[in-house]
Amino acid sequence: MRPITNSSPIIQHSAWQRAGQHFSVRLGASVLLILLLLALLAPWLGTVDPTLFDPASRDQRPGQTGTITTLEGETLRHYFLMGADSLGRDMYSRVIYGTRISLSVGFLSALLALMAGVSLGLIAGYLRWVDGLCMRMMDGLMAIPGILIAIAFVAVWRPSLSTLIIAIAIPEIPRVTRLVRSLVLSLREAPYIEAAISLGTPTLKILFRHVLPNTLAPLLVQGTYLCASGMLIESVLSFLGVGLPSDIPTWGNIMAEARVQFNAYPYTIFFPGAFLALTVLAVNLLGDGLRDTLDPKLAKRL
Amino acid sequence: MSLAHADLAPALLELRGLTIGLPQQSDRPDAVSSLNLTVQRGEIVCLVGESGSGKSSIALAIMGLLPAGLTLRDGQILLEGQDLVPLHTTALRALRAQRMAMIFQEPMSALNPVMRCGAQLDEVLREHTLLDPAARTTKMHAILHEVGFTDTSQIIAAYPHQLSGGQRQRIMIAMALVLEPALLIADEPTTALDVTTQAQILQLIASLQQRRGMGVLFITHDFGIVAEIAHRVLVLHAGQCVESGTRTAVLQQPQQAYTQQLIRAVPTLIARASNVDPNAAVVLRVQGLSKTYDAPGWFSRRKATQALHQISLEIRRGQTLGIVGESGSGKSTLARCVARLIEPTQGNIFLGGDDIAHRSAASLRPLRRRVQIVFQDPYRSLNPRMTVGEALIEGPLNYGVSRSQALQNAARLLALVQLDPAVMSRYPHQFSGGQRQRLCIARALALAPDLLIADEAVSALDVSVQAQVLALLEDIRTKLHLAMLFITHDLRVAAQLCHHVAVMSHGEIVEHGSATEIFSHPQHPYTQTLLAAAPGRHFAFAQ
Repeated sequence: MRPITNSSPIIQHSAWQRAGQHFSVRLGASVLLILLLLALLAPWLGTVDPTLFDPASRDQRPGQTGTITTLEGETLRHYFLMGADSLGRDMYSRVIYGTRISLSVGFLSALLALMAGVSLGLIAGYLRWVDGLCMRMMDGLMAIPGILIAIAFVAVWRPSLSTLIIAIAIPEIPRVTRLVRSLVLSLREAPYIEAAISLGTPTLKILFRHVLPNTLAPLLVQGTYLCASGMLIESVLSFLGVGLPSDIPTWGNIMAEARVQFNAYPYTIFFPGAFLALTVLAVNLLGDGLRDTLDPKLAKRL
Repeated sequence: MSLAHADLAPALLELRGLTIGLPQQSDRPDAVSSLNLTVQRGEIVCLVGESGSGKSSIALAIMGLLPAGLTLRDGQILLEGQDLVPLHTTALRALRAQRMAMIFQEPMSALNPVMRCGAQLDEVLREHTLLDPAARTTKMHAILHEVGFTDTSQIIAAYPHQLSGGQRQRIMIAMALVLEPALLIADEPTTALDVTTQAQILQLIASLQQRRGMGVLFITHDFGIVAEIAHRVLVLHAGQCVESGTRTAVLQQPQQAYTQQLIRAVPTLIARASNVDPNAAVVLRVQGLSKTYDAPGWFSRRKATQALHQISLEIRRGQTLGIVGESGSGKSTLARCVARLIEPTQGNIFLGGDDIAHRSAASLRPLRRRVQIVFQDPYRSLNPRMTVGEALIEGPLNYGVSRSQALQNAARLLALVQLDPAVMSRYPHQFSGGQRQRLCIARALALAPDLLIADEAVSALDVSVQAQVLALLEDIRTKLHLAMLFITHDLRVAAQLCHHVAVMSHGEIVEHGSATEIFSHPQHPYTQTLLAAAPGRHFAFAQ
């Protein structure tokens, strides 16, 4: 008779440990960490107030030194690492401060869409009588182009950071809801859910203790994609002129303003564009890596 | 069996020192180590072993189909004297179809679901022969006829999903044999089939083998099947040959301790004499229970199906009632109705004095603790993200037991199911199938139920583990004086555990009586068919 107390001798790394060793997870996470630090430490990185301008420094080329006027009317010498825009504002400061908006818009809109989508998906998947109504509403929402909903939303309310985040999150909710619902539909048939019902566990507790934890891995992957697309949509909205006003610098509105002069001063689009591309790439790398390592089918094969 | 010219011509199949390596971090270095095996023309060699013994790897290695991760480290695979190991894919592919063929466990996944059976059969002929379409069609009809189909044109036009499991396995056999290979490898070909279908398929394989003089390497975990069809037997354990010899030698006078232990674990079909108190309190009484699955939706053309029809039964304290039936007989629906995971359409389920058949979810909750259920699949019965301790105390916590008391109780239960109480902080994936099933039993017992339902609870387990879990269930029933509803498709298992047996077919109970009566004097023709189909029933195993 084989000993019963021994666990299986196969060494099983947890999915999270495997994720930590994955190259693209590490790369994506490090780039995001650097960007996060840039955003948090923006005032101490040799920047000036991104709203300050000086007509004397208009269209300053990158790497040149010029003047900048503070709100008090004081004129300072300033080194324009990334040049200046057509109003004479420091591009470097604007791009670095723009990181704050982009990261928070991406992260918060993803979080909001996930929270709303998970709640709706859990309810629709587990309580069958809500399912039809909820999913038809989601279908309706999906039928309208996301960017159109966002524009309409921002147009009705005053454009601010919070309206922007909500406007970006709403069109993403149906996709999360569908994902969660499909996961719940397959999980609810699992014997351990039926065992929990027999144990007298209340429905709400079943949802939060048995169903939700088992949907986390795919959700996290979905979340990173939402984060990347949130940043892109923010840029698009700013670019279309329905985003944040230009006294709050975002990568999108920096590029929107620079568009007119793109031929003469390409760097005004290049720097924010490069930052945006890098951030979206990092988030996608992280998402891809997590998908590869957290997928339970892959874990079984090891 | 052993032919006169065996020492002149090379053996049909000979494995010499076959070693298959497992990936690193596995529980042992080799899936199969230094295995020697011969299959002569005209004989059936059974490769028997429990799961993980490496028996399927051997079959895949012979076919040149080893999955990534498994590597052929050493040894020779000689097919009619020709070594297959150094051969290229193309040469091997030709041999695979013409000289050797394989059939698998699950005929549904081995057949292409979007191709008609005829087209799949035709493809084999088109790839490997130079026959013209008319000759191919003739050959197709001939082989389908040979594997037992009467209406061959209908089968040729059918898609796999339109056929039953047994018919699909026949198609697989036809595809394997249409090119008249000298060697047939069968990897658990009847495991997914019902017992009556299994008997037909085994008979078919045996008769085809005899008619064609093929060699068959038959892989199985079931000693009943071995007794039924094997000429020679090879017992495999952890990748090594433990014992080999003729069928009678191995099954009746096993020499090695491991073989003896395996054969001892094979349950017999003789019901064990049982003394139960006939006047004990009735725990469960089911009256006129029916369940109809409605036609779903407004647009669906599917008919309503009646899964249960007028079922009545009762179980007393300390008794085990076995529900025996083939797949689709409604036995699991019955279990799920009694556990009130689904609501029956009609009838009553009395639990003690309370009728639970049509209660609302809220009024049902206080009664749920009195019925607990253990499921078939040990890998999906425990939440992978909850520790064992959390799973064991979930039920008691739901009924207001304090955490510390529930934990104490859980430790006691783990000891009862013969697990170390220290395992409470571990996660389910760290346990084997048998251990998980013990955990599920402990979880069910945590609420001190009156009735324990075991829905195919030992069907997914190896025979030796199965024997342990059966002994545990019996032990618990006597210790706790439980009533048990034991659902199984396996007559041998039912004979081991049950005091009363109800035989189900098409949603109805066709015969109901004490286990001794049912197994020794079956009255209903269906019960007689079931018993006659149990493999190895006439064979006297060494006990």
